[in-house]
Amino acid sequence: MTDSQTPTLQLRGVSKVFGSVQALTEVDFEVRAGEVMALVGDNGAGKSTLIKSVAGIHPFDGGDVYFDGTLVHIRAPRDAAALGIEVVYQDLALCDNLDVVQNMYLGRELHGALRRLREPEMERHTAETLDALSVTTINSTRQKVATLSGGQRQSVAVARVVMWNSRVVILDEPTAALGVAQTAQVLDLVKRLAEQGIAVVLISHNLHDVFAVADRITVLRLGRNAGVFERADTTQQQIVHAITVGITAVETPAVRA
Amino acid sequence: MQRGAPTISSPVTDVLTSPAPRATPDPDTPLGALHAYVERLKSGELGSLPVIVAMVGITVFFASKTSVFFTATNFNNLIGQVAGTALIAIGVVFVLLLGEIDLSVGFLSGVGGVCIAFFQTQGHGYSVPGLVAVLLSLVLCTLIGAFQGSFVAFIAVPSFVVTLAGNLALQAVIIRWVPQTRSITIDDKYVNDVAGYYLPPAAGWLVAAGISAAFGLSIAAAFRARRRAGLPTRNLTLPLIRWGLVSAVGFVVVAVCNHGSQHGVPISGLLLLAMLVLWTWVAGSTTFGRHVYAVGGNAEAARRAGINVVFVRLAVFMISGLMAGVGGVVLASRINGVSSDQGGGPLLLYAIAAAVIGGTSLFGGRGRVIAALLGSVVIMSISNGLDLIGSSSWQKYVITGVILLAAVAIDTFARRRQQGVGR
Repeated sequence: MTDSQTPTLQLRGVSKVFGSVQALTEVDFEVRAGEVMALVGDNGAGKSTLIKSVAGIHPFDGGDVYFDGTLVHIRAPRDAAALGIEVVYQDLALCDNLDVVQNMYLGRELHGALRRLREPEMERHTAETLDALSVTTINSTRQKVATLSGGQRQSVAVARVVMWNSRVVILDEPTAALGVAQTAQVLDLVKRLAEQGIAVVLISHNLHDVFAVADRITVLRLGRNAGVFERADTTQQQIVHAITVGITAVETPAVRA
Repeated sequence: MQRGAPTISSPVTDVLTSPAPRATPDPDTPLGALHAYVERLKSGELGSLPVIVAMVGITVFFASKTSVFFTATNFNNLIGQVAGTALIAIGVVFVLLLGEIDLSVGFLSGVGGVCIAFFQTQGHGYSVPGLVAVLLSLVLCTLIGAFQGSFVAFIAVPSFVVTLAGNLALQAVIIRWVPQTRSITIDDKYVNDVAGYYLPPAAGWLVAAGISAAFGLSIAAAFRARRRAGLPTRNLTLPLIRWGLVSAVGFVVVAVCNHGSQHGVPISGLLLLAMLVLWTWVAGSTTFGRHVYAVGGNAEAARRAGINVVFVRLAVFMISGLMAGVGGVVLASRINGVSSDQGGGPLLLYAIAAAVIGGTSLFGGRGRVIAALLGSVVIMSISNGLDLIGSSSWQKYVITGVILLAAVAIDTFARRRQQGVGR
């Protein structure tokens, strides 16, 4: 966790305008391999805009994006996917009528001649990926996703992006709809992602969850970066203060703790 | 990488016993599978149970009313009646899997028949060989499907409206080209043989043996593929029971057909079988089929996963058009020509009802190709039985309507039940 390490993903002074609304103004943001970077902020602070732009859904209007220290341009979702940036959206984007294996390989099915599906291989890789992430709550990979609990569905959605050698995984409110036990499961999973060397961005409203797993915390306020904090040196009160009031209104880019 | 016969095993045989989720007790054993099946029924996945119950009821009812119903000759006759509807219903299954609907398949099959009649008729200036006429007709039907599908796929017009408009336009085509009260006769031997030729008994037995062998090989191939991938191989008892059932059904059908007054299996039955196998394979074992289910289940998720949703929608409407055309060939062949009402009457309702009664959900993402056959058998055996006991057509319409309504009600109920089970 030293500053000398090159961030996997780094945004420098990025901006985004929707019509007359300045959604993001000169925002700096970075996440390193093997760390969990929480992204917090009030409603309308620009969290969703930031991740959608990183994912290529609506590209930034200004500023630079560096991946492994190299300047890159993300203009479409496939650019982001090619770099290994994957987003798990709040709605999870799973097909309830398909089973776990089918969802894991959705859109990227292994196939042989005549586009014939290679089911046994897909089933084996799915089991291996779930094992590697210590997801033990799913009995059968041939279970329909409709029959899974919220936590299990979240696990499938996360495991899916991990399977594709992703470098940066962005989780949008992964615990929002979950009960206590399932939240714990998912937070465990988030930690294991980072342990596997993935750069994890965790978006959450729940500061308790953020403090449970994050290494650093970036606060967005009114489309600006309101500070980056080391979790270990910070209290929840400081974060709440940054979210609601900001640190010093003028001083952007933000203070590095 | 795996060799051998395509694994058509599971989708076809799910009718009998689906591969069950690994719960307690071990569903690999017959007892465990039964337990898992009961669990699935409780969770609203009714599968083919309503069809089996309905068929037993229908058979008992009509057999008690008329001695003709439960005979080999009538069974063979029924195959001919089922074939046309079921072929059209295969296309409908694909459209329903997407959560769309195609209301044009009735008259589209009529246009397919008219097209054949036109191209092969002496004196119309075309008179091409019958099989060429069939090919032209199928291409035309596929293109009409593509035309309608493009409105759905590219500009997202509700398929209900597009195909309702198509239904009217296609009926207009038939009214324009086929003289009122007079039909166009098809003279071509090959076209008429589709519904009129019966295999010699020995060839029928060969077909049954072939089905049994191919199905057995596909089970073996699936088993070997799992073992080679290092996956736990399933207990073979269940697949063997399934294989035994499918083989038995094959041999019994051939035996009954050979025993009837036509002494053989009709070509239309073979055509239906071939199409069921082909499209079951496409739906269950190819990336395209997987994408159809994905788009039907959650189009937004499919789009984000990189699936070309526009292409899938377009292709499915082409399949629907093509299969309406194939059904049209059989229907034209049955009456050796086309009438001014070709593809009209209850055909559209029958085809859609067949897909739904067979277990395809109207809400998209759930169903199998075999539903086209199961539903058609239910509907056509009712229609056949009502004809035999001398019912009038209004009675047939009422009863078919009631059955369709019941099937959709069951589907809606099952869907709500499933949503209740999740989470």
